[in-house]
Amino acid sequence: MSVLIIAEHDNKSLKPATLNTVAAASQIDADVHVLVVGFECQTVVEQAAQVAGVNKVLVADNVVYEHQLAENVSKLIVEIAGGYGHILAPATTTGKNTMPRVAALLDVAQLSDVIKVEAPDTFVRPIYAGNAIATVKTTDKVKILTVRATGFDPVAATGGNAEREVLSQVIENKGSRFVKEQLAESDRPELTAASVIVSGGRGMGNGDNFKLLEGVADKLGAAIGASRAAVDAGFVPNDLQVGQTGKTVAPDLYIAVGISGAIQHLAGMKDSKVIVAINKDEEAPIFQVADYGLVADLFDAVPELEKSL
Amino acid sequence: MKILVSVKRVIDYNVKVRVKADNTAVDLTNVKMSMNPFCEIAVEEAVRLKEKGVASEVVVVSVGSKSCQETLRTALALGADRAIQVETEDGLDSLSVAKLLAKVAKEEAADLVIMGKQAIDSDNNQTGQMVAALLDYPQATFASEVVIENGEAQVTREVDGGLQTLAITLPAVVTTDLRLNEPRFASLPNIMKAKKKPLDVKTPADLGVEVGSNVSLVSVTPPPQRAGGIKVGSVAELVDKLKNEAKVVS
Repeated sequence: MSVLIIAEHDNKSLKPATLNTVAAASQIDADVHVLVVGFECQTVVEQAAQVAGVNKVLVADNVVYEHQLAENVSKLIVEIAGGYGHILAPATTTGKNTMPRVAALLDVAQLSDVIKVEAPDTFVRPIYAGNAIATVKTTDKVKILTVRATGFDPVAATGGNAEREVLSQVIENKGSRFVKEQLAESDRPELTAASVIVSGGRGMGNGDNFKLLEGVADKLGAAIGASRAAVDAGFVPNDLQVGQTGKTVAPDLYIAVGISGAIQHLAGMKDSKVIVAINKDEEAPIFQVADYGLVADLFDAVPELEKSL
Repeated sequence: MKILVSVKRVIDYNVKVRVKADNTAVDLTNVKMSMNPFCEIAVEEAVRLKEKGVASEVVVVSVGSKSCQETLRTALALGADRAIQVETEDGLDSLSVAKLLAKVAKEEAADLVIMGKQAIDSDNNQTGQMVAALLDYPQATFASEVVIENGEAQVTREVDGGLQTLAITLPAVVTTDLRLNEPRFASLPNIMKAKKKPLDVKTPADLGVEVGSNVSLVSVTPPPQRAGGIKVGSVAELVDKLKNEAKVVS
């Protein structure tokens, strides 16, 4: 049976996590459809139709879907769920918000944060902050999954030529109203899509000192991240948090600066290809997962690193 | 206004998780158990709303075996008024738990249900959304600020790109993110008082809910270990390794 994917987008562009989700879907069935639900999102539709391996793009373009609120989007998905054996969304805050509602309305389970497809009914997902890996099998008639982007290499963004189908259902949103949004504005790559990340921890001392990391990040074209300790201490906003309770990342290079390496943080970054740790405490657990560890005072080492890149 | 808060008993945040040798589950024997940290934040938020005079009663509910009464007593010591245990086996699936909680919310006529965004054992992040869907209530997940005004909740949410504010009409479900508040510690007098607060026990049959799931656990294994790396002596050596050995910097 066909697989339906809920596209991750902001009405302007298709987000990369969708490509990883298409990769997961392709391992389940060759007939992959993508639902774009939003408002004035035609460019997203064009992009989705070009994604390699996508056969059909379904479009629900209406002002009631502008902010992709879970209440009505979940009902729309349920209305079209009939022809599908699996419905997948990236495990982003949007996917996590909407998909459990879909599952509950269909009276089936949701498998969260899937990192591997073993078989069309058997999936692998981390539990206990990634300290254990569970393999689960489901006999639900429709299988609802959120997909952790770092578990799957993205498919090509171009090369496909999917047919399009316009959905006419307009489901009003009762009870939930969008008020405002404060999105962090940055020229840097998005944390979950960056190939290099420079992260700071409690060792940074205060928020101002995060500017030290910006110099290194500028040279490497990197995103900036933070440990939960740095967020808890109020150094930086929560959208920078990497870890069990924040974002899961797997860049080519992850540079952890002044981060001790609590298990909650490791859960969010230990699948990075190369890990560098800079910390003055040589006993810090971060060194156990680091490919290259430098025991040094970050206030000396980081400026020096910036200069030598 | 009545608030219902759900709490889950999980392995303590600071305990090192170990997988059983037969790869069937995580070993929970003789392991310290505590209230799920996100549930603590949910209890704290409800108690603060009561202290501000916004809420009149805070009811806590937990689904599980008798041992979760301990977690309920902790919530009572933190300021909840009364508790309900729904007696089931431990480790019930999210949808079954959501069905039970939805029934309790309906019976209690709760105006607001506050739950943790996820439990740190199964890491599902789904039960709150499921409760909302089953009741056809609006939801605001991953909350970092909640303001109740004129029959609606203005909730600031932690989303991937930053913050989003929604206004949801009550009754509704809110799930908590880390920065919503800093939970208090229970004082000794409050721990003593909590022992006398009411705690009801119900069964799924009392609530008319059939529990069960089509998902089965095949195995639980330890994560693949990263091979240990090396220590470098200087920034220059680090940059050299990144350029010439790892080839991740050009």
